Amino acid sequence: MMILITLFCGILFGVGLALSQMTNPAVVLGFLDIFGNWNPSLIFVMGSAIVVGVISYAIKNGRQAPWLAKNWSVPTHTHIDAKLVIGSALFGIGWGLSGYCPGPGLTALVNNPQEGFYFIGAVIIGSGIFYIQNKRLAKA
Amino acid sequence: MTDILYPILGGLCIGLSASIYLLATGKIMGISGLLSQALFGPPGMNTKWLPLIFLVGTVVGGASYGVLTHQTVPFPDPRSPLLLITSGLLVGYGTRLGSGCTSGHGVCGISRGSIRSLTATAIFMVTAILTVMITK
Repeated sequence: MMILITLFCGILFGVGLALSQMTNPAVVLGFLDIFGNWNPSLIFVMGSAIVVGVISYAIKNGRQAPWLAKNWSVPTHTHIDAKLVIGSALFGIGWGLSGYCPGPGLTALVNNPQEGFYFIGAVIIGSGIFYIQNKRLAKA
Repeated sequence: MTDILYPILGGLCIGLSASIYLLATGKIMGISGLLSQALFGPPGMNTKWLPLIFLVGTVVGGASYGVLTHQTVPFPDPRSPLLLITSGLLVGYGTRLGSGCTSGHGVCGISRGSIRSLTATAIFMVTAILTVMITK
């Protein structure tokens, strides 16, 4: 059951990216180009996704546990640290360079493979660098 | 009307996906996190294979682009590998250091009113907009 639901959610997410054209970096760059020839359509993507999300958190808050797991594993900390700020700033620069964030980058493996392989390959290396660095810090 | 219909439909799918995932598994749906769990997570069905199954679904669903939509903007011609690699390294490292990306912080985090996610989203939107302004 868990496998089916996970697969279904993954496909639904990919279809959402496709329908909204977020899979196309040219559309994303047009959305980020607010001082140029701005294409605001992606505001509606985020807006409608958040409306659905807010409803789901209202449902979640009325339930003791998720359907298929024992506990909720939603982060609870509220502290804003340098890691959050610097990491998000770097992510934004990377997103603005190519128009790919992680989800659309994955779909590019099929839609525009030549771009997708370079991008996702580098995302994996970038996450790997963080993983190794984090492991070293934990040991020290 | 159709120029906002598809984005709204797409956003509803993304929101529904995040909601079903949350209510079923109890977890936040964030693509950068799922990717890193699939690659570097501890072994086990729930920690390695389920994230991978989600991501495979995303690739399959994303491939429906062009079949489902009336494409209004052409894809860019393949761009320089150097640009894509630089971008990917920053996205990979930055999303791990900052604990999330557009899905985890931008959609899920804002939906639950997380102050960390609101901050992260504001920061990555600003640096992305500035990057486009400078590089265009």
